[in-house]
Amino acid sequence: MRPMFAKRTRAEADAAPDALVSRRVFLKAGAAVGGGLLLHAVLPPAVRGAMAAPAEAGSLNAFIRIAPDNVVWIMSKNPEIGQGIKTMLPMVIAEELDADWSDVRITQAPLDQARFGRQFAGGSMATPLNYDPLRRVGAAGRQMLVTAAARQWGVPVAECTTGSGAVAHAKSGRSARYGELAAAAAKLPVPDLASVTLKDPKTFKIIGRRIPGVDNPKIVTGQPLFGIDVDVPGMLYAVFEKCPVFGGKLKSANIDALKALPGVRDAFIVRASEANPGGDPQGVADGVAIVATRWWLASKARAKLEATWDEGPVAAQSSAGFAAKAKELAKGEPDSYLRRDGDVTGTLKAAAHRVEASYAYPFLSHLDLEPQNCTAHFHDGKITFWAPTQNPGPGAKLVAATLGISERDITVNMTRVGGGFGRRLRNDFMAEAAWISKQVGAPVKLLWNRQDDMRHDFYRPAGFHFFRAGLDNDGKLIAFADHFVTVGRRGTPADSANMDPNEFPAQLVADLEYGQSVIGSGVPTGPMRAPRSNALGFAFQSFIDELAHHAGRDPVDFRLALLGEPRVLVNSTGRPNALRDFDTGRMAAVLRKVADVSGWRDRAALPPRSGKGVAFYFSHLGYFAEVVQASVAISGDVKIDHVWVVADVGSQIVNPSGAEQQVQGAALDGIGQALGQAVTIDRGRVVEANFDAVLPLRINQAPPVEVQFLATDHPPTGLGEPGLPPVIPALCNAIFAATGKRIRTLPIDAAMLKA
Amino acid sequence: MAFSIEVNHVKHTVDVDGDMPLLWVLRDELNLKGSKFGCGAGLCGACTVHLDGHAVRSCIMPISAVGNAAVATIEGMADHAVGKKLQAAWLELDVPQCGYCQAGQIMSATDLLGKNPHPTDADIDAAMAGNVCRCCSYTRIRAGIKKAALSRSTSAR
Ligand code: FES
Ligand code: FES
Repeated sequence: MRPMFAKRTRAEADAAPDALVSRRVFLKAGAAVGGGLLLHAVLPPAVRGAMAAPAEAGSLNAFIRIAPDNVVWIMSKNPEIGQGIKTMLPMVIAEELDADWSDVRITQAPLDQARFGRQFAGGSMATPLNYDPLRRVGAAGRQMLVTAAARQWGVPVAECTTGSGAVAHAKSGRSARYGELAAAAAKLPVPDLASVTLKDPKTFKIIGRRIPGVDNPKIVTGQPLFGIDVDVPGMLYAVFEKCPVFGGKLKSANIDALKALPGVRDAFIVRASEANPGGDPQGVADGVAIVATRWWLASKARAKLEATWDEGPVAAQSSAGFAAKAKELAKGEPDSYLRRDGDVTGTLKAAAHRVEASYAYPFLSHLDLEPQNCTAHFHDGKITFWAPTQNPGPGAKLVAATLGISERDITVNMTRVGGGFGRRLRNDFMAEAAWISKQVGAPVKLLWNRQDDMRHDFYRPAGFHFFRAGLDNDGKLIAFADHFVTVGRRGTPADSANMDPNEFPAQLVADLEYGQSVIGSGVPTGPMRAPRSNALGFAFQSFIDELAHHAGRDPVDFRLALLGEPRVLVNSTGRPNALRDFDTGRMAAVLRKVADVSGWRDRAALPPRSGKGVAFYFSHLGYFAEVVQASVAISGDVKIDHVWVVADVGSQIVNPSGAEQQVQGAALDGIGQALGQAVTIDRGRVVEANFDAVLPLRINQAPPVEVQFLATDHPPTGLGEPGLPPVIPALCNAIFAATGKRIRTLPIDAAMLKA
Repeated sequence: MAFSIEVNHVKHTVDVDGDMPLLWVLRDELNLKGSKFGCGAGLCGACTVHLDGHAVRSCIMPISAVGNAAVATIEGMADHAVGKKLQAAWLELDVPQCGYCQAGQIMSATDLLGKNPHPTDADIDAAMAGNVCRCCSYTRIRAGIKKAALSRSTSAR
């Protein structure tokens, strides 16, 4: 049981920065209680914790367990939020193990980062972080099983083959199922992960196959799976009302009256000063908790709540105020410069054509269909959770701080999650449930209603861009400037409200500057599917389209000219980082391909008020180019006819079914945002409360989305996010092609598009 | 107050206020967690069930209004001639992403195919527009309905 470490390959080191991953894998093996082989693998940065952890064998936390009945149990370590991870990561292990997929059973791991490495669903990072290490884990298991068989039969290892969960020796005609070999394999040393033999991808039988989601049978029959479905004996139900104005403090509430209402077991005031003395933005806010025997009764009691609030300074803020302030700031110099190359002012003066345009996008709510909820049981100084979270580790930390207990006394069971989109990277609902359970001394299911969910989010930040650009007589882009006005505090952009100095077309235009000014805002913000990119893609790729138009060039050709020769533009730090370095060749390839498959060159044949628009965007290691075809009615209503997506996410799509879902979902998500979504701040609070005011995309609005992956020589990367950013500008550019009207503010205003 | 309701061919008596929505009776009194809460306002369809075979939003249907109508939920669809075809199609096409909306989608689709065995795209749009899929699995929902429609006609032949 000597721990082994796999070395990072060059390609892997390229795939993600050290801050995100260390590629050393720690593996140990043991015998299972009742026979069978256990493999524990730990993916750092938690290596040190793992080595200190006891090496007991019969633990439920084994990564892989091969049972005597041939069933291969695989732990799914990350939260499943609909991104398909619970199916996809086990496929990677099963492939290299050479198991039969029908023998594989998957269980959801609890939070235990000492054993499982980082457990989160975010950043489209699961594939780049886990693909190679999990292949090696599977291959090590296979090698142990083969070695066990070869020893039993007294034949050379090299003469043994595997397939469908069995080892065979052709010469002697012998074969054995993995279950029969598992006990013997458990006694063998763990092979060196760095040198285990990986399969030739051409021989893959599981990776690359369309494999349906492992929870689907439960989903379609309505069995309990989600956080909201959790039922714990003796459980009470809670609602929690917070100040509608962000940061407001409770003055008073009719607690005694609430306590007398039917079914109410307890009602009490929660003070942030006690539950969140550090003022963590994700921690507990002031409010009133009502705990009842049924959620419905708690909600009914809440309707009788009379609370008065000290709304505080944020009550003076509004979306309209932010927009006015942005305009005013745009007239002056930016607070600071993210990047300043060459002489923008001089070149603009001398340019043959100057183009100016301002773009704006609103705050957005995540709209997870399963409202935020969490079940918690505090007892004897310890707490157990059943939590639909994307990010259980920080959730446990937050709870430790909230309750003043050790993380060791916190157990987090991860439920399936009814939509994440980044909302559940923040764990405010865990802190609230923890505090309420501790107060009432019983297991409590806290459930928000839709209004809570929409009004207490960590919003995609609103932002404003004031662009200026210059073209020469040949239509070449020679100067480019953006004054980015964002929201934040004391000159620093809020969470996910920042912009990378390497934003395209940095380094492709010699005279280029990105200035930044920050408007003070108390609106909580956070990551939302393709954070930053989901908004920057719209602004930059729309303005680039304007430039193509002014240059009199085809929008695809203009972009290809801008990309130029294939090369990697290393980010401004000078230190290679695949997340931020831009490969112009990979982008040009997907752009050319999407022009091909979408019939881009034939678009002149489209009927009047129909048009095609194109855009590309690089995010989360993925290169995406998309074309949207849209038709605009005389009334101004926009109908999206078709979307084409071409993506380069490296050499291998693990599960084509899930991959296609992620890309289609991301593209349609973006279309929904563009058509009907904005969260409006007025007097420091959110105006919208439900799906009649913020409009999720519906089936009658959803066009077909055709997805193609270009396989390239790069390591496989993730798909949850990078499909989203290009679709919004592609749609807006299609609307321009159809109507000659430029969408510079989201969401799209149909009235503006009337014929 | 006591109400007796029939859910998936089983009779139950529940002692609740008459304004308690059917959704919460199903979920928290009868422990049938398949029907989901999304908006509580008839805007998302996650809570869709059948009342005498017709799709309704159970989050805005008070228990007092259910009367003698037979309630069917996703938990009963495995025994429903149309519902089980849709479930099979959903599995075959790998329709769900997060899966949260899918019970409601299948309930609405079952109602649609019961009334209209061969829906056009426009029929599907009209019948399914009340069911939000936040993950936007719409392409496959549409394909799933068509697949189930097809398998019905072949099995009838
Ligand atoms: S929960 Fe009933 S329609 Fe949304
Ligand atoms: S599958 Fe997630 S809401 Fe439909």
